[in-house]
Amino acid sequence: MVLLGRKVSRRMTSSDNVLTANLITGRTVEQGVAIEGFKDKQEYVDAAGLIHIDPSDFKILNVWPGSNVLVKSQYGEGEVIVKALRSPYGPHPGIVFIPMGPWANQIVNPDTDTTGMPSFKGIAVTISPAPGQKVLDAITLIKTTTNGGVEV
Amino acid sequence: MRTVTDVVCPFCGTLCDDLEVDVEDDGKLCATRNACVIGDNKFMTAQAPDRHTHPRMRKGGELVECSTDEAINKAAEILVNAKHPLYYGWSSTHCEAQEAGMGLAEDTGGTMDNTSTVCHGPSILAIHTVGIPSCTLGEIINRADTVLYWGCNPVHAHPRHMSRYSLYKRGFFTERGKSDRTEIVVDVRRTETAQKADIYLQPEQGRDYELMNALRVAFRGEPLPDSVAGIPRSDIEKVAQTLKEGRFGIIFFGMGLTMTRGKHRNIDIAISLTQDLNKYTKFLIMAMRGHYNVAGADHVSLWECGYPYAVDFSRGFPRYNPGESSATDVLRHKEADAALIIAADPGAHFPIDMVRTLASIPLIAIDPHVTPTTEIATVHIPSAMVGIEDEGTAYRMDNVPIRMRKVVEPPEGVLTDKEVIERIHKRVNELMGTEVPEVRAVETPPVEVPTMSAFDGILQRAT
Repeated sequence: MVLLGRKVSRRMTSSDNVLTANLITGRTVEQGVAIEGFKDKQEYVDAAGLIHIDPSDFKILNVWPGSNVLVKSQYGEGEVIVKALRSPYGPHPGIVFIPMGPWANQIVNPDTDTTGMPSFKGIAVTISPAPGQKVLDAITLIKTTTNGGVEV
Repeated sequence: MRTVTDVVCPFCGTLCDDLEVDVEDDGKLCATRNACVIGDNKFMTAQAPDRHTHPRMRKGGELVECSTDEAINKAAEILVNAKHPLYYGWSSTHCEAQEAGMGLAEDTGGTMDNTSTVCHGPSILAIHTVGIPSCTLGEIINRADTVLYWGCNPVHAHPRHMSRYSLYKRGFFTERGKSDRTEIVVDVRRTETAQKADIYLQPEQGRDYELMNALRVAFRGEPLPDSVAGIPRSDIEKVAQTLKEGRFGIIFFGMGLTMTRGKHRNIDIAISLTQDLNKYTKFLIMAMRGHYNVAGADHVSLWECGYPYAVDFSRGFPRYNPGESSATDVLRHKEADAALIIAADPGAHFPIDMVRTLASIPLIAIDPHVTPTTEIATVHIPSAMVGIEDEGTAYRMDNVPIRMRKVVEPPEGVLTDKEVIERIHKRVNELMGTEVPEVRAVETPPVEVPTMSAFDGILQRAT
């Protein structure tokens, strides 16, 4: 499997429950419903503040579906907390999916390769359990990871 | 209670035009029929009690309500004082507002970009390179017997696309609907779209370019390696044969190609593959456009200045160089010193690096709802929702213009997108000591939208 132009093993594991995976982002119908009037509400968190992980990869991660996990990449904010769910679209071991939205965009690759299009799919990430850590709502997340807006 | 028929749904590029909406006598939206779950939700949340109807301005670190005149004046001051303002969004509003926006961007020497940048911008770049053999969705209904979805998931992103146009709809040469069609899906995940496909290919992520080239090799009957992108040679040859044997084929492609490594080169090769197939049968290709009027934003930009998106007016004439003049790159390189965002939400849908720039410059957000963009804005002006509270023109994903209907009145005091832009433009011109060109003040005559019953006689004569 090729990730970002370099060869890596299909799944790399370590003893501390860290899953290395390839992140893709995109639309879901639940996310589509939540963006119409619910972006400041819990419905949006439930629809897009999550990550779909292949059932076989949960064994590596060693957490129950529904637990919160820390997803890290080398881009953007570098990390985000989301809820881990069993992917209904497997098997796709090594591939994880976060619906498009502010949670995914904390860690996607902003490089546009001079096309204008950031790399929203194909991002090398590591995932680890995050017990006790909370998935922030969209507005709090954006205000926390930016300066919150300027006054003129 | 009254029922408004032939309502056009203002959500995705499928632009369904058969909705029925029930409206109470007091103007309250109470039910929709024929809409998908997303379209229904858009209508049902339009009159939510917590919707903002007054503009807000940042004071003391918080957004506080202000008058419309105050917000328009502040927005105009921000744009006049900026050296290089960015105008971004435009895809969830009508062409008339987009046209007004082009004038504002030109007069203030800004960069004008729409959501094609993070949608099918790479597809447009590929079309510049190799052209595109495409058609309208009506052709698909009546003729397509081979339907290939590559890197898209219409069950989630365009929920009525398959039932209205591409798969289940019965047409002139496709009388049995789905039974007359072969559905092929290529996706890295076995989505609902893939689960019911006749043939499903699951390539390794980011290897679409190789797989499409392998198909082109297979068309010619030349030797292939044992597997390409994780797909065995026998499967590639089987799909190649199926594509060649169809009478009329269509490829629908989505973000699985445009956002993946290769980007516009993926689309380039997909179009080339389509062109190759025309040596054996009739084959066409179409982009699954996301926002309901993102195609319209491209058209308006094209007819106003010659370029479809990512247009930079800072030198006094339009320059087009996606990768430099696109909103994403302008923000990433911190080249904008103010921004006006309308009918899109980059705060939620741009990488955080770019959102940080948006939050550090004076930001005007025009949006009916509260979004991450409005909450980091300097000025938030709520506007009427096109297709529900305002009428205008939108372009479907196959570039067919459709008139959006107005179903109810907007909340009292809430301006339409076009009115907001025109009032900002007027104030900008007052501050700059120039005048608004008269040509932009021309009123378009109201358009009578025929009901389906008007077509009954024509259809009966045709059959």
